[in-house]
Amino acid sequence: MLARIRNKVLSGRRLSADDALSLFESDDIFSIGSLAAYACGKKNGRKAFFIRNRHINPTNICINRCKFCAFSRSAGQEGAYELTVDEIITKLKPYCGGKGRQPGITEVHIVGGLHPEWTFGHYLEIISSIRKHFPGLHIKAFTAVEIDHFSRISGLGLEGTLKALRKAGLGTMPGGGAEIFASGVRTELCPEKISGARWLEVMEAAHAVGIRTNATMLYGHIESHEDRVDHLMRLRDMQDRTGGFQAFIPLAYHPKNTRIQGGYTSGIDDLRTIAVSRLVLDNFDHIKAYWIMLGEKISQLSLCFGADDIDGTIIEEKITRSAGGLTAGHLAADQLAHLIRKAGRTPVERDSYYKKVRVYG
Amino acid sequence: MADQKKKAGRITRKEAVAILKKADLLELGQAADELRSRLHPEGIVTFVVDRNINYTNVCINRCTFCAFWRKEDAPDAYILNEAELFTKIDETISLGGTQILIQGGLHPHLGLDYYVRLLSSIKDRYDINIHGFSPPEICYIADSADITVREALAILKDAGLDSVPGGGAEILSDRVREIVSPRKIRSSRWLKVMEEAHRLGMRTTATMMFGSIETPEDIVEHLDAVRDLQDRTGGFTAFIPWSFQPGNTELGKRERRKGAGTKKSKKAGPAASYGATAVEYLRVLALSRIYLDNIRNVQASWVTQGLKLAQVALRFGANDFGSTMIEENVVASTGVSYSVSMDDIINAIRSSGFAPCQRDTLYRIVRRF
Repeated sequence: MLARIRNKVLSGRRLSADDALSLFESDDIFSIGSLAAYACGKKNGRKAFFIRNRHINPTNICINRCKFCAFSRSAGQEGAYELTVDEIITKLKPYCGGKGRQPGITEVHIVGGLHPEWTFGHYLEIISSIRKHFPGLHIKAFTAVEIDHFSRISGLGLEGTLKALRKAGLGTMPGGGAEIFASGVRTELCPEKISGARWLEVMEAAHAVGIRTNATMLYGHIESHEDRVDHLMRLRDMQDRTGGFQAFIPLAYHPKNTRIQGGYTSGIDDLRTIAVSRLVLDNFDHIKAYWIMLGEKISQLSLCFGADDIDGTIIEEKITRSAGGLTAGHLAADQLAHLIRKAGRTPVERDSYYKKVRVYG
Repeated sequence: MADQKKKAGRITRKEAVAILKKADLLELGQAADELRSRLHPEGIVTFVVDRNINYTNVCINRCTFCAFWRKEDAPDAYILNEAELFTKIDETISLGGTQILIQGGLHPHLGLDYYVRLLSSIKDRYDINIHGFSPPEICYIADSADITVREALAILKDAGLDSVPGGGAEILSDRVREIVSPRKIRSSRWLKVMEEAHRLGMRTTATMMFGSIETPEDIVEHLDAVRDLQDRTGGFTAFIPWSFQPGNTELGKRERRKGAGTKKSKKAGPAASYGATAVEYLRVLALSRIYLDNIRNVQASWVTQGLKLAQVALRFGANDFGSTMIEENVVASTGVSYSVSMDDIINAIRSSGFAPCQRDTLYRIVRRF
């Protein structure tokens, strides 16, 4: 079985859904890992990327109640919060360079709850204020789930909503909210959330107006290997049509404080999932091992299993942390470069489009 | 690599250094994984239920990599009293524990009598394996009573000591010891204590703490010394590599300062101030499995690496998950602390594709899940 897949990969042929399934079910993590490392090398050489970024989660108040989420609250519930635009600017200021400071971040990553009262105008104001205060800072903001919500509260439709955000200063979009596309799993996990088909539709609309995005998959909860394969295939199909996805990011499920039984994913499954993703998504340039969710150790190892990106400095992260995240909230750029170097790769600080900002020796 | 092994019988120091420096991580892992599954074809991964009891944190050695030691007059210096000790053992037994690991600092005012009393007071009350006193403590006990190591071991054994943990080995290279733990016993003495213990019929483990300032050659020197002694005595039950945890330690601070001053160098970055990365840990672990062909068990260290990397370690040569660590103080004092229950350990082993089994000190299966 693996020999057939190996031949396909080495000769640049595309893997089938059956191939993908047998990879997920194989115990031979060494062969899968080296094959994925080969595929990664063909796309990225020895380079592995990170970014100086900061996360901002403007609110945890959310009209959805996804069972796997430990972050969301109802308005008025204990622990609920909403940041004002000023507070967001204040949070960013220390990280945006200036005299006597470390080199600044190049990207802000913004995702949050679907606030029941905030208007679309408020979200636009968040983006345009950041743009005004920090004109050089790239704004990567709002998952497809938030964009869908905005399109309804704004009445502008998807295209109008996306264009308005882009005009306000939005650069790219993160890939969250994809979870697992399969409707059976989605009904169980997150019944209020948009469907997999709608998630893809939003992304297609974003790509059509020139906004590049990422894509994610939340794995390790109640999904089957078939569900994972289905998810990857649907992403690959769409990427064939639009080419608008930059990175694929498998997200390891965290069980604490959620309403789903089950434990953490195994480190072995994490590495295999990275590797299979690299092998199956032959039209994605980048596979990201998001260290906040995998831990810096598994994230580093992922670089030997097909990943080429370990995300960034992050500074403050709330969503994974709420669900029992096992890492600190922040890694310094030097530390990220050190992890990459020790994995035998060349650390490259990137911008939001994977352009080189700085190569670390 | 496998071919080389067949030809030469076992790998040489030179080959081992080359592996550490250059081998492809996945090829190395696969070779170690094959050896592990040949040695343990049942697909079992074992762990022991025990607790680390540290009778004192006062220590005259003050090693630079350690965050646990205190001076005698420090406000949080302590010596455990009997009542506390017995409570800890009661808890261990009620949780299904079969062993206690007793280790502590080299306290300037504790002598042979204290240790003998400690052991016999436990054995009078409990049927539990006492895994106790690493070689630096054994030497300290012997020296302060002005007796030989062999005599000290015989007295302690008589009082109830069952087996000796492999701590204090750090890196068995005096070049490294001189820098990171100048007051601690030299390599030859560490090995001597283990040899004497084995000759007295006590089984011991061997450890290695890497990721500080050692070179690949130092690591191989360590592995070679352990393999050589094992050839002669066969007394080691397991090898346990773990990595230096720099938090709150003098060595960590020292290395950070150095790093800050060398920003211009191409290899800038205070490597030891971060400790070993996951890739380096697995490399050393896999090499240990391959090099130590005469030691049956290799432990993954979830205490220093976390559960996820410990799971991966099970495919890079490890066959044992160490202890459930009902209590652990030494690593925790560096700020590294993973909250892990016995159920977490069982689930972690299972989700890695192995059958979890509780074992005793001698690696005999006690309970299957």
